[in-house]
Amino acid sequence: MPEHEAEGQHGSPTWEVRDFLRRRREQIAQRWADESLFRAVFTVSRDEAVEAGRAVVEALAEVAGTGRPENPAAAGFTTVREQLGRMGAARARAGLTPAQISVEVDALRPPAVDLLVADFPDDAPAGFVRECTNALTALMGTLRLVVMETALNEGEAMLDRQRLQMLEVATPVIRLWDGIVAVPLIGTLDSARSQVVMETLLEAVVTEQARFAILDITGVPTVDSLVAQHLMKTVQAARLMGAECIVSGIRPAIAQTIVHLGLDLGTVVTRAGLADALGYALGRLGAGIVNAAPRGAEPR
Amino acid sequence: MTDEFPHLGKGHVPVLRLGDVLLVTLQGDLHDSTAEQLQQDIGETIARTRATGVVIDISGVEVVDSFLGRVLAEIAAQARLLAARTVVAGMRPAVAITLVELGLTLPGLRTALSTEEAMQLLARPGPDPRPGGTRPGSA
Repeated sequence: MPEHEAEGQHGSPTWEVRDFLRRRREQIAQRWADESLFRAVFTVSRDEAVEAGRAVVEALAEVAGTGRPENPAAAGFTTVREQLGRMGAARARAGLTPAQISVEVDALRPPAVDLLVADFPDDAPAGFVRECTNALTALMGTLRLVVMETALNEGEAMLDRQRLQMLEVATPVIRLWDGIVAVPLIGTLDSARSQVVMETLLEAVVTEQARFAILDITGVPTVDSLVAQHLMKTVQAARLMGAECIVSGIRPAIAQTIVHLGLDLGTVVTRAGLADALGYALGRLGAGIVNAAPRGAEPR
Repeated sequence: MTDEFPHLGKGHVPVLRLGDVLLVTLQGDLHDSTAEQLQQDIGETIARTRATGVVIDISGVEVVDSFLGRVLAEIAAQARLLAARTVVAGMRPAVAITLVELGLTLPGLRTALSTEEAMQLLARPGPDPRPGGTRPGSA
């Protein structure tokens, strides 16, 4: 039974659980390796699953040693938090709902409790055995919480990263000619994106000293009053800086929607296509395009 | 001190004359008294020199409020009464965004990317071909 260590908690149920976890680490890890959670995550080798199980058991023992098995923020979990998060994320990727993952983590509890009960001698006081079982159950409940929390945080962090990447990818500014820049907009415009579009476009106007800025909305599926308002703001801001903004790529259906909504784009120069907008801007810059050779006399 | 020597005060904005055009460069904060002094200076200088254009370079202005927007509009209106055209040059993106968010789109104001472009704009005769970019069909 537990060694006599100079600890005030010696003999308490959590202390007993801690000693049990340390003593039976190998057996628990072996049993856990056969559970669906570990089997599904560590498909390559069983040894790897056992190794991961050992680390988790050690972390649990450390948390039990603090005397507060119900604390999900315990320092003992930090060493395995990343691993638990990976396991949760792997199961989520496999298409499991959070509830199903939770059930899988819960399936780790019965083997551990069975081992604990079997460890007590037959004449052990029933009350103490029950308290120890309760402590272990609370500890396993906390483990479940930690797995879910970590998995959810991972998912959110990934979403944030992807949102940033989307913003970067989705707003390239292209220099079409001396003094003409264009932004081809693809996808839905929300306020965060239109803010980025506005800022990048205006920055480009300064760096390129562009007198004309073309906003091409060919790839924007729908235009509502909010999108129109954002377009107007960008156009007005560009004008204040001394550049002229042209909105191009308005498809017939969108033109119809704009008219139906009663939106006033009267102060905005609009063109049907990017080519038309470029032609207009070149014309205003005094750089018209002419065919070098008359028709039928193509250069060889 | 600025009360005693209004033309030498710390916040005094000089009005430079380049041929028929007056050049004003705003930098940093513009205070009430400075703005008033500037409006007065511009008016007097236009009347004295018969300048036909005013270029206000605000590329050094990083922060803007509704006050500056109003001052710019007032200078332009005042200059128009004295038969001079006003061009605001070099507005920074952040300033432009702020003005638009404040709802100050300054429709009567001509703008240019740089002082150089502003000078070219004023060199063209007659009413500006793109007054505020509001007439797409006028090209």
